[in-house]
Amino acid sequence: MKPSVRMKRVLRRRGRLAVFGAVFGAVFAAAFGASWGLSAAGAWADTAYITNEKDNSISVIDMDKLEVVKTVNVGQRPRGIIMNADGTEIFVCTSDDNRITVLDAKTLEIKYHLPSGPDPELFILHPDGRTLYIANEDDNIVTVTDVIDKEIIDEIPVGVEPEGMGMNPSGKMLVNTSETTNMAHFIDTDTHEIVDNVLVDTRPRVSIFDKEGKRVWITSEVGGTLRILDGESHELIKKIKFDIPSVNDEAIQPVGVRLTSDGKYGFVALGPANRIAVIDAQTLEVIKYILVGQRVWQLALTSDEKLLVSTNGVSNDVTVIDVEKLKAIKSIKMGRFPWGIVIQP
Amino acid sequence: MPFRLNRLILRDHCRIAPLCAVFAGVFLGLFAFSAFVATPALAREDTLQEIEERKAWDEKRKKLREERRKKKGVTKKKSGPPAEKIKIAFLTQEIKIPPALSNLDPVLTDEGVYGARIAIVDNNTTGKFLNQDYILDEVTVPLDGDLTEAFKKLVAGGHRHVVVNLPATDVLALADLAEASEVMIYNISAPDDALRNEQCRANVLHTIPSRAMLADALAQFLVKKKWKEWFLVIGPREGDRLFAAAVKRAADKFGADIEEERVWDFTADIRRTASAEVPVFTQDVDYDVLIVADEPGEFGEYLIWRTWDPRLVAGTQGLVPTAWHRAHERWGAAQMQNRFRREAGRWMTSVDYAAWIAVRSVGEAVTRAKSTDFTKVKEFMLGPEFSLAAYKGIKVTYRPWNGQLRERILLAAPRSLVSVSPQKEFLHPVSEVDTLGYDKPESKCGNPG
Repeated sequence: MKPSVRMKRVLRRRGRLAVFGAVFGAVFAAAFGASWGLSAAGAWADTAYITNEKDNSISVIDMDKLEVVKTVNVGQRPRGIIMNADGTEIFVCTSDDNRITVLDAKTLEIKYHLPSGPDPELFILHPDGRTLYIANEDDNIVTVTDVIDKEIIDEIPVGVEPEGMGMNPSGKMLVNTSETTNMAHFIDTDTHEIVDNVLVDTRPRVSIFDKEGKRVWITSEVGGTLRILDGESHELIKKIKFDIPSVNDEAIQPVGVRLTSDGKYGFVALGPANRIAVIDAQTLEVIKYILVGQRVWQLALTSDEKLLVSTNGVSNDVTVIDVEKLKAIKSIKMGRFPWGIVIQP
Repeated sequence: MPFRLNRLILRDHCRIAPLCAVFAGVFLGLFAFSAFVATPALAREDTLQEIEERKAWDEKRKKLREERRKKKGVTKKKSGPPAEKIKIAFLTQEIKIPPALSNLDPVLTDEGVYGARIAIVDNNTTGKFLNQDYILDEVTVPLDGDLTEAFKKLVAGGHRHVVVNLPATDVLALADLAEASEVMIYNISAPDDALRNEQCRANVLHTIPSRAMLADALAQFLVKKKWKEWFLVIGPREGDRLFAAAVKRAADKFGADIEEERVWDFTADIRRTASAEVPVFTQDVDYDVLIVADEPGEFGEYLIWRTWDPRLVAGTQGLVPTAWHRAHERWGAAQMQNRFRREAGRWMTSVDYAAWIAVRSVGEAVTRAKSTDFTKVKEFMLGPEFSLAAYKGIKVTYRPWNGQLRERILLAAPRSLVSVSPQKEFLHPVSEVDTLGYDKPESKCGNPG
């Protein structure tokens, strides 16, 4: 690629004009890039970030326009995705790279990586904004990483294939579910010791505390159930078995869960049943099933909680749901196998 | 030469320098952009080197973990009652090594045992939270050794769960021993349909699919594709004949036609001669798919691409129905594939998978029944509450009428998973998976389970 002597001469001869041209080109490129960046950041609208598991990328959706504004490469097999405390950084579990990839939320550029142990799948940030708890699916471990010092500070042995990560509002109690052990492990975040193990149904996926920390919702993919436990005693409050007319029981595989902060609704993604169950969070009864894309996996709510978004792995799209009307209003095309989602206010 | 050409073109375009610079700028920008975006997707499966690196990393992390715990002053809690011990045996017998039929696949003499070992580790990871301790005893009887004696010794030593990698005749002989009455035998390798029907035993569970299940899984797929005219080629071995019988039964069951049936009776190695022999052998048949019954793999691979007509091959080679396959990565299977390869240094087979299921079944039943009592564990395993996740997307369970594991069957080409049966078009009043193999009404198993 070294320019020949003659080329250099040609360039020198037309030097001034060339400089002008180069500057013009650079400005043009910069302006183009900036307009992209701006639309991605969005002045008022929420922004949704979706991991595409088999495309090694994340898609960025402007939640006002409900359009994809950008797709960015992040690393191999991106799955779990969260924001840091002040919303300036995006943390992505790049599972096959065995680390957490951290992106600048404004520029969407990779800023740095965090050590995670092997095969990170889902994770949760402590309210201190500093301690990150990561489930290592391929190693029966929950890794604890300090995001400021960027180093692993502890490893907590749990059951086989840990996945779901929930934390109570005070940050004192972490709940992790293990897919093959079929347990919810309650972990004291001060001592990093397991204080309770609760058997749940087969292949538990997601565990989440409600806003008050009074209840824990745990989905079991193969068991086909949702268990709601007491946040303190861990006793079973209710077990919900989903029943959808014309859908085979075996296709009902609950995964992602989201709760509205007003305590009105719980939403549960039902995997290959291609539906989201709407649960009255007071009576704990299923009130509706909303048809979405294929193999619905994880869910997220916008900051005003007016919209719910689901990732649909097999149909390669997300479904946007109007929470007030409990109706799907739009599908948006994603990359291959959309998996995780986080929405930035 | 190409370099010169480029330079000329570049020089030509560069007469108008400003335009050229814009051009170059945009080009460079795009180049940088594409290099960033179009990172090739790397293979999911670990290379041998990555497996070794991971093992070393695991060791290092383990050491660090221990150091950290020491620093924290955590000592292992020794208080409380001693752990409950659950013993599981893995019993197999040496086999005469058959002649190598392929330059690619090694002859395996250790099938099953790694599956059992991984399952024991899984059971114990769960068990440490419940104060249970699972122990695996591995016994390999020599070629001329006494299998019965070895079995009796295991039972005398307190074993109630015996996982066996043995042919059907041996499974049956062990099951009929007086010593076996209070024992559960887990058949992980014999696919014989007779073991699930006339010769079924109340003390045997089958975690490997029967030939009927495999043939039904393939038949559903081919019928769904409307490839219903089959040419059946049967090898010279007993297993080949039994597989062919299962294929004929499947054709009847799902409405396919066997247009022609020919016996491949040549026992010579055909690696060099297939191109000459097979076209003649497959002439004058009108069919959609050639179904081959060649369990040992003596000739089936060499039918592909050598038939007289351009036709697909399925059965024991080509598109194969199987419980496990290296191309399987759905439903968390990618994790199991990597874990197995780290442990065994080779790919997982259906027999390894069946062994994993057997040992995990014991762990799951003990945990859920909250008992190590043999009768309670057995009852739970065959009951409606039993549910094991086994990387197939739906739970696997046992058919109470013949002890066969209900599971989805993979249909795999050498490098891709083509489909998973049952196909949803074939309905069943209770469980779609029961469209594969002998369903309750057609079962000739006299034992109520």
